[in-house]
Amino acid sequence: MRSLAYLFLCCVLVLVLGACTTLSTLRGTGDLGVVIERADGAVTLVNTSAKAPYARVDGLGDLSHASVVFSRDARYAFVFGRDGGLSKIDLLESRLVKRVMQSGNAIGGSISQDGRIVVAQNYVPGGIKAFDAETLELLSEVPAEYAPGKFSKVVGLADTSGNRFAYALFDAGEIWVSDFSDPKHPTTKKFPAGKNPYDGLITPDGRYYLAGLFGEDGIAKLDLWQTEKGSSKILENYGRGEEKLPVFKMPHLRGWSLAAGRAWLPAIGRHEVLVADARTWNEVARVQVKGQPVFVMASPDGRQVWVNFAHPDNGWVQVIDTLSGQVIKTLQPGKAVLHMEFTPRGEAVWISARDDNRVVIYDTRSFEQIGGFDVKAPSGIFFTTRAARIGF
Amino acid sequence: MKARLYLLLIAMCCAGNSSAETFVPVSPSEMTRLVRQDCGSCHGMKLTGGLGSPLTADALKGKPAEALTATILYGRPGTTMPAWKSLLTVAQAQWITARLLEGFPEEVR
Ligand code: HEC
Repeated sequence: MRSLAYLFLCCVLVLVLGACTTLSTLRGTGDLGVVIERADGAVTLVNTSAKAPYARVDGLGDLSHASVVFSRDARYAFVFGRDGGLSKIDLLESRLVKRVMQSGNAIGGSISQDGRIVVAQNYVPGGIKAFDAETLELLSEVPAEYAPGKFSKVVGLADTSGNRFAYALFDAGEIWVSDFSDPKHPTTKKFPAGKNPYDGLITPDGRYYLAGLFGEDGIAKLDLWQTEKGSSKILENYGRGEEKLPVFKMPHLRGWSLAAGRAWLPAIGRHEVLVADARTWNEVARVQVKGQPVFVMASPDGRQVWVNFAHPDNGWVQVIDTLSGQVIKTLQPGKAVLHMEFTPRGEAVWISARDDNRVVIYDTRSFEQIGGFDVKAPSGIFFTTRAARIGF
Repeated sequence: MKARLYLLLIAMCCAGNSSAETFVPVSPSEMTRLVRQDCGSCHGMKLTGGLGSPLTADALKGKPAEALTATILYGRPGTTMPAWKSLLTVAQAQWITARLLEGFPEEVR
């Protein structure tokens, strides 16, 4: 009898404890994200509801110019390092799940529409490589061999429908679209881009691929819904033949460029944001800004566009109102502003100030600082909302 | 910001001139950071290359210092290597070249 009562007590205890642990560990990931610690090969995991870090994962190698994509359940972050390392991180268990060295010198990556393939884009050896998102096993690769024995650096990789990926070849001046619907046997179509494409983006509907050009004034455009029509150029000759300023840092493009029916794009070697109608692709305006734009990033609702700048103007951030097309705010968030990321619905923006070793958080209506925290040499900030966005 | 940077650079030059032929910027750590971080955006933080070519001692072995200094100051037209002469003095570019050739120092943070 006594032992029975004892057993009963034990059962109750086990149940209570079990309930407690499940309660405390069950959570979603929709408000989580990753901040790259550029100098230390580590990432800080952050919670945008708490406006604070909650964990740190290190041992990720050279993370200068690192970027992140998320699994479609938004639980895992795939971190692409400069040294070619590809790391899979579990945001819930705050740990490194797997890490492979996939190339000698990488620049970023992307994830397929169905979430099963992670693709890395590489400078050396130039090309892209596809991995199983579950195991990080190599599935196939497409070397960027544009002439016999000549390999190009690959930039601007972005995903689109049908498990296709579009990317640009810096050295070859081409846009390639690789179809991974059979992941082990990709097929590739090639299109002319222009001189030295430096980055690319896919519009949020997955329809247009745009590649910014460094070697000439203009942007290459490819309609991915009807690739048979070929590529063309927009915003040609925006520099009007004037000599451009020395470009101390390459701008970055991504699908956040579209807002209020327009595309907001960084001009190369000019203190300007170029504005094109997103249906006709004709230039409709230019916005004069503080320096050479690096990120030109629309808020999720498209009402504002936030801009940061290349060295030596990298202490500034400007905000453009997309209705008026005017700069409505100029901020000094800190030294060496490298990146910005909006919270899922855009009430706040997180900004990394590398040389202040700090992430600062701004309210997007009042422009007040509403938070921040110390983190060593922060660069990219990536929130899990990207998991569900085409081209991220 | 621009003005502040120039002031800083001027301050560096003045301090450097105290020892006539061996130029040492007032704050080597500022210069080290500039190279690792801002040159690093193209050459990689470890200077092992990216959009820009590798700048490790191995990669630069045998290349004449003057040519490298000229590349830093005047850039390489037709490539993404920009001219830094609006931001760096000749002496600073020479200082960077010398450090690159012997293996660039790590940043002390
Ligand atoms: C916007 C990109 C970019 C930035 C920023 C940049 N470089 Fe370069 N750099 C390049 C490229 C590209 C080359 C190779 C040019 C070529 O192909 O000839 C290069 C070449 C060089 C070379 C010649 C190397 C050789 O083997 O001949 C030196 C030296 C150099 N850079 C130093 C610097 C320094 C110092 C800085 C910072 C003060 C810097 N670079 C910043 C892109 C960049």
